[in-house]
Amino acid sequence: MELSAFELLSALFILVLAAFIGYEVVSKVPTMLHTPLMSGANAVHGVIVVGAMLVAATAESPIAIGISLVAVIFGTINVVGGFVVTDRMLEMFKKRPGDR
Amino acid sequence: MDELNGLGVATFFVWLIAAVTFILALKFLASPRTARMGNLLGAAGMALVVAWTFFIRDGQLGIPDTWWIIVIGAIIGSIAGWLGAKRVPMTAMPQMVAIFNGAGGGAAALVAVVEFLRDTDLHPGEILPLAFIIATLLGAIIGSVSLTGSVVAWGKLQGVIAARPVKYPGSQIVTAALAVALLGIGVYLTVIEPTVPLFLLFVGLALILGVQLTMPIGGADMPVVVSLLNSYTGIAVAATGFVLNNYALLIAGTLVGASGAILTQLMCKAMNRSLFNVLFAGFGTGGESAAAGAEGEEDLKEINAEDAAVLMAYGKRVIIVPGYGMAVAQAQGPVRELMDLLVAKGVDVQFAIHPVAGRMPGHMNVLLAEANVPYDRLQEMDEINDDFADTDVALVIGANDVVNPVAREEGSPISGMPILNVDHAHNIIVLKRGRGAGFAGIPNPLFSNEKTKMLFGDAKPSVEELVQGVKQA
Repeated sequence: MELSAFELLSALFILVLAAFIGYEVVSKVPTMLHTPLMSGANAVHGVIVVGAMLVAATAESPIAIGISLVAVIFGTINVVGGFVVTDRMLEMFKKRPGDR
Repeated sequence: MDELNGLGVATFFVWLIAAVTFILALKFLASPRTARMGNLLGAAGMALVVAWTFFIRDGQLGIPDTWWIIVIGAIIGSIAGWLGAKRVPMTAMPQMVAIFNGAGGGAAALVAVVEFLRDTDLHPGEILPLAFIIATLLGAIIGSVSLTGSVVAWGKLQGVIAARPVKYPGSQIVTAALAVALLGIGVYLTVIEPTVPLFLLFVGLALILGVQLTMPIGGADMPVVVSLLNSYTGIAVAATGFVLNNYALLIAGTLVGASGAILTQLMCKAMNRSLFNVLFAGFGTGGESAAAGAEGEEDLKEINAEDAAVLMAYGKRVIIVPGYGMAVAQAQGPVRELMDLLVAKGVDVQFAIHPVAGRMPGHMNVLLAEANVPYDRLQEMDEINDDFADTDVALVIGANDVVNPVAREEGSPISGMPILNVDHAHNIIVLKRGRGAGFAGIPNPLFSNEKTKMLFGDAKPSVEELVQGVKQA
């Protein structure tokens, strides 16, 4: 788990730039879409399931296996639930033809 | 830096593609037209990176020996997440988001625990690399706080836990002591010795801290808390990305951490309060509410549904102000019907949406969209506030604090919160379930305003009566 100084600094650069993108992108979302936004952002951090998969892939001890199983379950709930519930909300924002 | 083989390079590109889809998922939310596609795009990027990680790790193709953990976990998690997301009624959306968020935070904390156990096992008695241990501790503490905090937020929104701010003598001292203990243990684990029992104590205290921080906050402020915890989980995921040297986690986590932070800020601004005030002021106590309910009953003028319907049907402009009461009563369908009938009679009908109406920003928009109210009839506060003076009837459906003129004066807990100028309308009709004060527990002089008529009862039957009335008018 030793990270080289170069890897560490690259990660830091990515972190700072991603934070600015997050700030900029969200500033442009109208209030009426803030609930889907919260839910959509919630789904995006469901990517933690990838982290859970990575520790599960190398788990050996029963404890590590048990904990990573729960981590995968939690992560999957986050990602599946997050995207599905956001889709349900956004589905309602479609416009009926002829309305104006 | 390690040499990368072809699959290793490809992995970076998969992360890059996933990161771009996540950014687009948020960016496309700028318009209702593109929002849904953006969400699907984000889901596709997520599916790609998940599938890739299952088959390829560290530049090697192959399914892990422990594949069954991932498959079983994914099946259970998918069923639970899918059912939860499909079955939740639109009114309960905020608490559902809280639960999903808590699951993500819990996953981040658990990943940190497994990583810590593995590395102390591989290097017993050694001090772990500084960046690694700090990121692990951050993932563990923030993820844990997010997990238990989200559960409390869910409980308060769901009504399982008392919505009022729960405080006990010395609770702030306990919080401070927890923070100091966590800091002390964290420093010890970082520079002196990373021991497993102490690390588990660290996680345990962080879990308690999550409860401790959320309990003193009133139910009305829970949406802000959910948004903040959403941001926390993002940060925990980013920290995990650091630990695992995985850029997909790093970028996605940071993106959400930043977007959650600004969204939280926007919500506080809409209430004209600071985040500090939201988190520590213990706003909206149960006691006030009861007292206000007893006093506020004097001068209320009631109206029956037929008269109210006539008033609206023969007006030129009607502005409907929905609030949480409409959500609880599931009255959005009848409200749409009412709108259609009034529009057919030539009345100009608009909806005035306060930024914090309901339990979440945009909550009303989601509900009304569910009932097929075209979103160009939904006006934000700043757009419509000047129009009230020129409006025949303002119909308030289960909204209270966001139309309370007390906010314009000094000395009230909601002083300075921007409100809808409902009291400028020629006539005001308020649909209200009972005579008590609103969620924030503050009496509302709008209800005793001489232009105001009250229509008591559950919002759904009340609106249905209005619909009948308008049909006959």
